[in-house]
Amino acid sequence: MTAAPGGKLLSVRGLTAAFGRAGGGTPVVRGISFDVAPGEAIGFVGESGCGKSVTARAIMRLAPEGSSLVLGGSILHGGQDLLRLDEAAMRAIRGRRIAMVFQDPMSSLNPVMTVGAQIDDMLRRHAGLGARAARRRTIELLGLVGIRDPSTRADDHPHQFSGGMRQRVMIAMAVSCQPDLLIADEPTTALDVTVQAQILRLLARLRRELGMALMLITHDFGVIAGMVERVHVMHAGEIVEHGDVDAIFATPSHPCTRALLAAVPRLDGAGRVA
Amino acid sequence: MTGRATPPAGPLLSVRDLQVTFPARRGRPPVRAVDGVSFDIAAGETLGLVGESGSGKTTTGRAILQLQPASGGSVRLLGRELGGLGAREMRAMRRHMQFVLQNPYSSLHPRMTVARILAEPLAVHRTVARQDVPARIAELLRLVGLDPAMAARYPHEFSGGQRQRIVIARALAVDPGFVVCDEPVSALDVRTQAQIVDLLRGLQERLGLSCLFIAHDLAVVRSVAHRVAVMYAGRIVEIGDAARVYASPVHPYTRNLLDSVPVPDPARQRARLAAPFVEPDFRGREGVAGPCPFGEDHAATGTPEMHEVAPGHLVSCRFWPPGEHPPRSLPACR
Repeated sequence: MTAAPGGKLLSVRGLTAAFGRAGGGTPVVRGISFDVAPGEAIGFVGESGCGKSVTARAIMRLAPEGSSLVLGGSILHGGQDLLRLDEAAMRAIRGRRIAMVFQDPMSSLNPVMTVGAQIDDMLRRHAGLGARAARRRTIELLGLVGIRDPSTRADDHPHQFSGGMRQRVMIAMAVSCQPDLLIADEPTTALDVTVQAQILRLLARLRRELGMALMLITHDFGVIAGMVERVHVMHAGEIVEHGDVDAIFATPSHPCTRALLAAVPRLDGAGRVA
Repeated sequence: MTGRATPPAGPLLSVRDLQVTFPARRGRPPVRAVDGVSFDIAAGETLGLVGESGSGKTTTGRAILQLQPASGGSVRLLGRELGGLGAREMRAMRRHMQFVLQNPYSSLHPRMTVARILAEPLAVHRTVARQDVPARIAELLRLVGLDPAMAARYPHEFSGGQRQRIVIARALAVDPGFVVCDEPVSALDVRTQAQIVDLLRGLQERLGLSCLFIAHDLAVVRSVAHRVAVMYAGRIVEIGDAARVYASPVHPYTRNLLDSVPVPDPARQRARLAAPFVEPDFRGREGVAGPCPFGEDHAATGTPEMHEVAPGHLVSCRFWPPGEHPPRSLPACR
């Protein structure tokens, strides 16, 4: 496996995305470029509609439901351009090399299948495991993401789990094939603050233990703060500022960055000017 | 009749020992969603109600508004007991208490224009004469920072933040003295949240509104509430002046909640995420005899579980993890 140029895991150049027909659609991502090094954690921050989620979906080549997304530019991963792969080749990347966790765990899980069966299914398809090996690995994975009594819980259906536990199940599925890159799109937005802290801790631990790169997408600078090394701030489909996380918090230069930072609710009662 | 009724002496809203029990289902025992909640809200005051999902915050709000039958306790608004009122009297009282719901995408009728949405409560409560309705609608839209020319539009033509402004305008249409805001900003992104919070703060001051502000986000509550109540498993575990509770929380559950809020400071946040963490067990001490964490034997003395650690700052002795005790010297009250 050859890496992208310069030892990068992922190298995005001039990525554009537009909804609708080729050439005549509404542009949502307007030529952005960034790199992800192996094992690195990067963040994307911006208001809703800035194009951060579409960027993530572009990497996975997943169009939001009911829309057609026209992509341009290049996404180099392992020596190949993901935008030029056919669907069969893309399926070999998706889930195996690059995996994704979404905001709403309930709508991403099949309500009529036990969670164990869903993870088994994933392992048998993507990792080619047999039924018994898959079940062993499923229980191991549920334990890894902090679900107590995993061998019993594997036989429960999604509705029998709380929101935070469902998100743990989604994370277990995402890391099941040991991807090089995990994309987490607003993974804690639907969760309580105590559960959010648990899920962030879990993501940070898994990244350390599995050595995978993390791309964290959120509108909340508080969530980004402890999780990533570099931050990209997006506005209207463009990256308006990027840099080292400590530097961006200390000296934000773009007005959008400053506005987003000021909007983070603070417990000391300071700040909060829109 | 316009203008709001003059509140009698005493609190605008008084809730005592409120209980809501959901009946047993499919072999599961009944759920005590709200289990003996008591508090007052003064005129012009905002009480923040925080806690995780399932703690009974929303059920408390709904039971106060009589949208959910209570199984016990009392709710008095403007000096009147709301439990057991007839439909007609209840409707008359509803003019004084309104509801701002969480999701502005589902709480506005998609086939009604903004003008019709805002006219509906005015027609129900007949608070303004028919010929004055358009002027009132324009006034309401200006109040929430929208252009009155937008009255002819439909909800889908607005952004999430604008829709929440319409929901707020609808709640304020009949000039209520008391509003329950249930997670009014949690469906919005951070910047829009900040704008809606600023709007609510401005409205509190301009209109002298009393508000029960329900949210799971402590930082949001911090910026709007005068006092804060923390709920866990259907009970209030800590209540007091917001600045005081945030600066010196006493109950371990409150401390856990405050410690979970991400801080916008990379170095501190990294250290917090890397620190070893064991989820505290708050389920303890249910009906245990002997001294409570405050050193009082309630079974013997018959005293209530709320301990006043400072004037107006009350802390429950329930749900303390085993072995945890209140700090020996509590910070002095300012």
